[in-house]
Amino acid sequence: MIQAMKTFAQLGFPGRLVAVEGLDGSGKSTQIYLLKRWLEAEGIKVYFSEWNSSELVKSATSKGKKRELLSPTTFSLIHATDFADRYERHLLPLLRAGYVVLCDRYAFTAYARDVVRGCPPEWVRGIYNFAAQPDLTFFFKADLEVSLNRILDGRPKLKFFEAGMDLRLSPDPYESFRIFQGRILDQYLAMSAEFNFTIIDANKRIEAQQSIVRKLVSERIDLDEFRRTSPLPLPPPVRRKEKVVVEVEEDSAA
Amino acid sequence: MKKTNRSNVVVPRNSPRSFYGDGIPGVNPDELVGKLIVVEGADGSGRSTQIASLVEWLETSGHATVQVGLKRSTLVSEELERAQNGNILSRTTLSLFYATDFADQLENIILPSLKAGFIVIADRYIYTLMARDIVRGMDMAWLRNLYGIALKPDAVFYLAIEPNELVQRNLAKTATLDYWESGMDLGLSRDLFDSFVEYQTLMESAFRKLQRTYGFSIVNGTRAVDEVNAELKKKISAVLAG
Repeated sequence: MIQAMKTFAQLGFPGRLVAVEGLDGSGKSTQIYLLKRWLEAEGIKVYFSEWNSSELVKSATSKGKKRELLSPTTFSLIHATDFADRYERHLLPLLRAGYVVLCDRYAFTAYARDVVRGCPPEWVRGIYNFAAQPDLTFFFKADLEVSLNRILDGRPKLKFFEAGMDLRLSPDPYESFRIFQGRILDQYLAMSAEFNFTIIDANKRIEAQQSIVRKLVSERIDLDEFRRTSPLPLPPPVRRKEKVVVEVEEDSAA
Repeated sequence: MKKTNRSNVVVPRNSPRSFYGDGIPGVNPDELVGKLIVVEGADGSGRSTQIASLVEWLETSGHATVQVGLKRSTLVSEELERAQNGNILSRTTLSLFYATDFADQLENIILPSLKAGFIVIADRYIYTLMARDIVRGMDMAWLRNLYGIALKPDAVFYLAIEPNELVQRNLAKTATLDYWESGMDLGLSRDLFDSFVEYQTLMESAFRKLQRTYGFSIVNGTRAVDEVNAELKKKISAVLAG
């Protein structure tokens, strides 16, 4: 089961996994969404999976976050549980079936974030070593200020953990967020070579980035092998609301 | 006048403390002056009976106690229960979910209680979780790393009972066998009875394997309740005396 440093291709999976990583506000989710739209239009068997989205674990995670119950250790473990659930129930079978799987964040997010929170790096990596490496990992590298401003410009209400408030970096959530994101960026950059990140300049225009992403994907993955042969399932039938016949009861007293 | 030896409460001796691995960030093990006593064993091995009696004895002897167990965390116990009932989790997911439950109790109950000088009685600990995972083919090195967060207990007692005796005890108590305690998810047999015996045999050998690494005491649980209890008390007294 320990296959930490091999890609899905190296392990002989018929499918391929493409991951995107980057800071909040780096534009990675936009890019992977556009990549998905393109692959779908090309008739490729494609599946998209997002960090922290397993139905099963979500209720525990959101409770933990809302009530600020999470420590660095439980924060790390609950995200690993979420990842394992998606990995074992969706990613592995789809990759066996020859899908191109797109992941908005992969284990690297944990390597960066949990370590900034104070978890030992070897411990975090050890936990995720049941997962193989992506066949292609894009890292969207924007200037820290650019990413921060994209998030902070609207003065959104930053959530406690999102702002790294649990680290007590600053009593001001915006300042805390800045310091936290800066430390995460340092972690990402430190692992970039080790995990063979393909770095995309996220300061460029959306279209310019997408054009590079599409080009690299089609160079690294022979997309013809991943075309859908069976027709897409029909969308579920739209249920017409049945006419409700209201029977008016006659007033017996009348 | 009261005799001094009756009102005298023994203060447990401090002993060196450590985690199995890196432990929990920011926790200094030397501050954990209480004692951690673990009772392990299958359902029907007499764990609850023994623990109730130990708590009674410890408290009348003047020690404050706290109890923890599996699937009792505020954070994930409900979700874990729900997931298990649906039986939809794969093994790595279930393993990590249980680890989250353990970590939450470790950080919020076990460590603070030990810091405050309590005697913590754990109704099962990481060993049951590890044994279940070993039986399901999880990697030992992976498990050791995962549970590097755990504190080394002051004493671990494994109540050993033959699977055939366990069947009798469980049926006498509930007139059925629990799905998970029978390892039905493993598909060892479609027959609940056969599966239970086979699974508990596998669990027992996983425990014996863990015993070699973690060195806990194996207590013969087949004997009378009082006899088992006397052995546990004697061993715990020795732990408290340091």
